[in-house]
Amino acid sequence: MIEIQNLSKTFHTAGGEVEALKDIDLRIEDGDIFGIIGLSGAGKSTLVRCMNLLEQPTEGRVLVDGQELTALSPRQLRKARQSIGMIFQGFNLLMQRTALENICFPLELAGVKKPEARRRARELLELVELPDKADAYPVQLSGGQKQRVAIARALASEPRVLLCDEATSALDPKTTRAILELLRKLNRELGVTVVVITHEMRVVEQICNKVAILDGGQVRETGPVSEVFSNPRSEAGKRLVLPEGEKIHVLPENRLVRLVFDGAAATEPIVATLAAKQGILLNILAADTHSLAGKTYGSMVLGLPQDETEAARALLYLREIAGVTAETILQ
Amino acid sequence: MFAETELDLLEKIIRQGLLGALGETLLMTFVPTVLAFVIGLPLGVLLVIGEEGGVLPLPRWLMKALNALINILRSVPFLILLIVVLPLSRLLVGTTVGTRAILAPLVIAAFPFVARLVETSIREVDAGVVEAAQSMGASPFQIVWKVLIPEARPALISNFMVALITIFGYGAMAGAVGGGGIGRIAVNYGYNRYKPLVMYFAVILLVILVQLFQSIGNRLVKKADKRIR
Ligand SMILES: Nc1ncnc2c1ncn2[C@@H]1O[C@H](COP(=O)(O)OP(=O)(O)OP(=O)(O)O)[C@@H](O)[C@H]1O
Ligand SMILES: [Mg+2]
Repeated sequence: MIEIQNLSKTFHTAGGEVEALKDIDLRIEDGDIFGIIGLSGAGKSTLVRCMNLLEQPTEGRVLVDGQELTALSPRQLRKARQSIGMIFQGFNLLMQRTALENICFPLELAGVKKPEARRRARELLELVELPDKADAYPVQLSGGQKQRVAIARALASEPRVLLCDEATSALDPKTTRAILELLRKLNRELGVTVVVITHEMRVVEQICNKVAILDGGQVRETGPVSEVFSNPRSEAGKRLVLPEGEKIHVLPENRLVRLVFDGAAATEPIVATLAAKQGILLNILAADTHSLAGKTYGSMVLGLPQDETEAARALLYLREIAGVTAETILQ
Repeated sequence: MFAETELDLLEKIIRQGLLGALGETLLMTFVPTVLAFVIGLPLGVLLVIGEEGGVLPLPRWLMKALNALINILRSVPFLILLIVVLPLSRLLVGTTVGTRAILAPLVIAAFPFVARLVETSIREVDAGVVEAAQSMGASPFQIVWKVLIPEARPALISNFMVALITIFGYGAMAGAVGGGGIGRIAVNYGYNRYKPLVMYFAVILLVILVQLFQSIGNRLVKKADKRIR
């Protein structure tokens, strides 16, 4: 469990003080896949870096499994960090070491004997589904493969927590899905608590059970993903969930539905079919979808008809489409 | 074109003194380069990790002193340094002439330069990788030995060759003030006794050696760098 108690971080720069985090309180339970979402500059990286004290908070406390990191000596902190894994947007692999040697690295740090370290590293490569890349150097790996190696490396010391700072932001949508799938598998099978930092809703939708919305260095709202995303209460939350908010305000009386595409066949026919076959007209208010190999990923916000029964029929239809999740949004 | 006697002289030099001179030159190149790295490598690493926000921040006055020392030593021209430091050689090796006498000034001239070369090599290591190591609980010592130096290895090898060639040049220069090696042949015969053929020969030999060092260096770097391909 990670507990963050009235945490603040102020950077002193040449151009003045930057309050990156303001009085953050957050609680991440064991076994959670916890998303922290926010726009660029919201303070996400700073927050996650405070969770293993790569960044020293200006104020407040950080507790991991009841141990107060902010009160440890440098030596104790290094020990504690071995049970907090971290992966990064840029992978940060050792370029002069093979995949296997990269995974051995944290074990070497902990003083594990070489044969034992290599044995464990091979198991981990197996776990991240890269058993044949043991002797490859990072340059010889694709982005997705590099992140898998980085995940295996982060898991080598059997951490209870895995921190992911924009771990999929440098990857294409398909690879992103595969990496997120892997994170979910690790969460399920190893019981690792996962903290996912991202600016993409899709990432949170795909794997997180809880989410916190960060904006201007403050947590604006937090809760189960389904609740926060279907009924955002904070301004920041609404801005995030309802893209291009102004357009939507034109139709205040309409109910909205958010479609999340998770590999559906296509987007256009859905709206077209509803119109043609059921005679129901839906407004596309916002769309952020991507096609990949004939499948669609992303999300879309539709305005439901005023008529209650028509709206219900439309929802029924939308909910039956494979690869699409439909959630109504309360404005 | 050249007088018969000059050709004879060259032949005599090649037969009698060349191998010894070559050996001296190599000795005057490799020994000081290695010693300069023994001092310069830790110094260069300290210059990076000791900074504010570095892996092992050191007191600011100490960093200032280190930088000042390096800058002062680097700003003294080699020939001047050689003359100033030679008396020290008498203390260390008992003489101010010959190959051994020249070693101390060479090391003193080279280590600040090497420290800067090491500093730039270490700075090239991606800060993200260092951060990843810190997130895994690496100590400053482990970061130096397991991250900074291994990750900078190709740059370090390449800069070792740069240092080697520079020190090689210094060594040849030292021939003018009693140092040994091929540089001495060039100065003694070519300059002092005006035998241009011998001088050209010595110069060509020096050029060939530099080319050789450089191509060996390039090959080593290519082999060491796992980022290539
Ligand atoms: N080392 C630093 N020194 C000074 N200011 C910093 C530092 N790190 C971050 N900041 C500032 O703190 C704020 C939050 O930065 P942070 O990197 O946490 O944002 P983020 O949410 O991760 O953004 P992004 O999505 O772009 O990565 C920004 O205003 C940033 O400029
Ligand atoms: Mg960030």
